[in-house]
Amino acid sequence: MDANKTLDCKGLNCPMPIVKTKKALETMNTGEVLRIEATDKGSKSDMAAFSSRTGNELIEVKEEGSTFVYFIRKK
Amino acid sequence: MEEKKKRMAIIASKGTLDMAMPPLFLASTAAAMDVETAIFFTFYGVDLVNKKKYASLQVAPIANPAMPSPVPFPNILGVLPGMTAMATMMMKGMMKKINWPTVPELIDMCRESGVKMIACSPTLEMTGVKKEDLVEGVTVAGAAEFLNFALDADITLFI
Repeated sequence: MDANKTLDCKGLNCPMPIVKTKKALETMNTGEVLRIEATDKGSKSDMAAFSSRTGNELIEVKEEGSTFVYFIRKK
Repeated sequence: MEEKKKRMAIIASKGTLDMAMPPLFLASTAAAMDVETAIFFTFYGVDLVNKKKYASLQVAPIANPAMPSPVPFPNILGVLPGMTAMATMMMKGMMKKINWPTVPELIDMCRESGVKMIACSPTLEMTGVKKEDLVEGVTVAGAAEFLNFALDADITLFI
């Protein structure tokens, strides 16, 4: 999947991936896709919760080794 | 019509390093989730927004049997001089290892994300802390101001 921007949250723990994701989305335009790479094991459910609460759609989640990769489309 | 924003109101009443984290983490996360958030800093909690203190909060091992220790450790030894400094150094090291932000960094994050930060006015009066001692963006108000915000909150926490 193509992304307009990539955010590296590897090595960061809760709540930093969410806080940084929010900040990154603020710099983007509606419809653009943000790719987030994280290693926090809680980030899977956190990203889903963030997405459902804020309306920024979580369009794909995958695991690349020990890294979780999320694609979020800006509302 | 825009949906009404969710709201969270937190009272931060503790001034130790460990107890500084939950209100600041929850507030910054809530703000990132578009939740309108306010923290009311009262009693020792005011240290979290006191420029002279917030970078050097401490955690004491005495009377805290949950304190992690590299070696088995009778809790009473926590009274020895230097034990609080040692426990603080250890906890700061543990926090750094998992890349957690520091208290000043968290306060900056809260301010930047629009968390309303209120310092309790009678606490300032009692402890002699001045408005100039507080970090930028903190307002000084009393219980009524906090309650006015909290009465419309979806979550209210006392920490």
